[in-house]
Amino acid sequence: MRDVAVVGFAQAPNVRETPGTTNGVEMLVPIFAQVYQQTGLSKSDIGFWCSGSSDYLAGRAFSFISAVDAIGAFPPIHESHVEMDAAWALYEAWLKIRTGEVDTALVYGFGKSSAGHLRRVLALQLDPYTVAPLWPDSVSIAGLQARLGLDAGLWSEKDLAEVAARSRADATRNPLAQLSGTSEIADLLDAPYVADPLRAHDIAPVTDGAAVIILTAAERAGEFAERPAVITGIEHRVDTPVLGARDLTRSPSTEAAGRAVGTGDVEIAELHAPFTHQELILRTALGLGDDVRINPSGGVLTGNPMFAAGLARIGEAATRILTGQASKVLAHATSGPALQQNLVAVLEA
Amino acid sequence: MSTPLSAPLDLAFDYTRSLGPVLGRFAAGLRERRIEGVRGSDGRVHVPPVEYDPVDAAPLTEFVPVSDEGTVLSWSWIPEPLDGQPLTTPFAWALIRLDGADTAMLHAVHVPGPSAMSTGMRVRVRWADETAGHIRDIAYFLPVGAGDGPSPAPPPRSEKDGVMVTPIELHYQHSASPEESRYLRGLAEGKLIGQRCPACGKVYIPPRGSCPTDGVPTVDEVELPDTGIVTTFCIVNVPFLGQRIKPPYVAAYILLDGADIAFLHLVLGCEAAEVRMGMRVRAAWKPRDEWWTSLENISHFEPTGEPDAPYESFAHHL
Repeated sequence: MRDVAVVGFAQAPNVRETPGTTNGVEMLVPIFAQVYQQTGLSKSDIGFWCSGSSDYLAGRAFSFISAVDAIGAFPPIHESHVEMDAAWALYEAWLKIRTGEVDTALVYGFGKSSAGHLRRVLALQLDPYTVAPLWPDSVSIAGLQARLGLDAGLWSEKDLAEVAARSRADATRNPLAQLSGTSEIADLLDAPYVADPLRAHDIAPVTDGAAVIILTAAERAGEFAERPAVITGIEHRVDTPVLGARDLTRSPSTEAAGRAVGTGDVEIAELHAPFTHQELILRTALGLGDDVRINPSGGVLTGNPMFAAGLARIGEAATRILTGQASKVLAHATSGPALQQNLVAVLEA
Repeated sequence: MSTPLSAPLDLAFDYTRSLGPVLGRFAAGLRERRIEGVRGSDGRVHVPPVEYDPVDAAPLTEFVPVSDEGTVLSWSWIPEPLDGQPLTTPFAWALIRLDGADTAMLHAVHVPGPSAMSTGMRVRVRWADETAGHIRDIAYFLPVGAGDGPSPAPPPRSEKDGVMVTPIELHYQHSASPEESRYLRGLAEGKLIGQRCPACGKVYIPPRGSCPTDGVPTVDEVELPDTGIVTTFCIVNVPFLGQRIKPPYVAAYILLDGADIAFLHLVLGCEAAEVRMGMRVRAAWKPRDEWWTSLENISHFEPTGEPDAPYESFAHHL
């Protein structure tokens, strides 16, 4: 089967709140124009369209149908949607190209987290019988995971603050980031707890945003990008939804996905870690050494548009190849509570 | 362009779920103030019970009573509880492994502050005063030894066993697009404002954030008359919850003169059987003091008595 390459990537500014609609059309139209301009492709060249978003985030049924307006669905198009981060939509598009059904695909994700109360809305992705009726919020659940590692001596609160400080410093070079700046570790550790043991810097901000990637068959990718990012491995796995039955200090699904794609020799890794301690879990699960540059974009701790952030990790990683800064990179996306579902991709020049 | 219109959107519904043999037995046990787990293929006892073994997917049927006391494996503190959570005062979320179980359950622990919490501490169930066969029959957990008042008597058998009702309430701030906002503000002034796609020239009402043919926002404003034709319609004969008009009545696609897309409205003012494709209609507006940013300002459409539009003139709008 043939390979698939990323040839274009764009994302909307990561912001705390947009005045726009929950169907994201206002965020999507400009970034579609950007990837068309990057690649020289137009709407009529796209063979398959796939998106990731959530009705619960929008508060309406079939909210993604309105977003289809942004892509121009007349004459009729070949389109699909996943109720997950759009990284999983990219996986579906990758399959379509890999199997030879189409040559090109446009993948997009969007989310207006500010429309509802994100921490509460995310409770509805939990087990509906024994967990969701308690409305445990996503930040508290991450706090349970963080404390398990603290108690086990796997990381300290200072380790977590260092992840936050590095992310924010890196984001100063990312004009689309929501948060950025330099911070003293001591100052970060002086801040009050939001959900003991987590402080504000440990938690990805609530972000509205959108992202788009164009994929093509690798043999044609040279027509659309000087230095396409070829996906040489992509795999996704899932852990049990029963939080109390998992060792939350590990991510076996990430470990398995990483083994399947092979993570050796990667120079840069974009990890989708909405909480500081989760970056440490992922580094270990993927066996990434100190020589691997983590999240030069700033990562999702500096902007976390739900349902687009994982796709944006693939886009950010691919950009390092498209712009000639690296020749082998890793991208990771997560979905669900406490790193339940994980996707790992390796891209090469 | 002015700020888009925005308004609160509050959703509420009851999730009513059938429980099946495993979760049904667990829930019925909670109603009777006892906790049962299920033994997995590897001998581990799962609490809450799982229907299929997480390792080999075998259906699990061996129920094991466990204690209502257990150990905190991890906890986090919520200083400002959110709507719907087990306690309205600050509390701890905890992963609690009940004595006799091998997996942990997530629940709330009621203590005065985070300094009263520690990993490894012993806690026990505080049952709800009234139980219903639901995870909320466990009101919360308390440190072992803490007083919680008199324990109510176990309730009798219930016919509701096997079904669980969970109320869901969500609150959003819904925003209309800039184009929709122009249209809705126009309605408040009795105007029907469509917008034209700059690429193909089609006029949409309501206007679209993006033309579905060209993928660009509609921008040029077009004020449309309140007259048009029925392109297609159906006669509603079926009564349903929330219906405002007595059947039979007609719901129709109305194509306003000068528009390229029809919208759904009512045709009244004649017998339902007289409505036909191509029929000329005009808006019947409500009294001006009832107008707001809504298409409800038009009560319905009614026949003008003009000759019908020929089929060829609207065939491409069907």
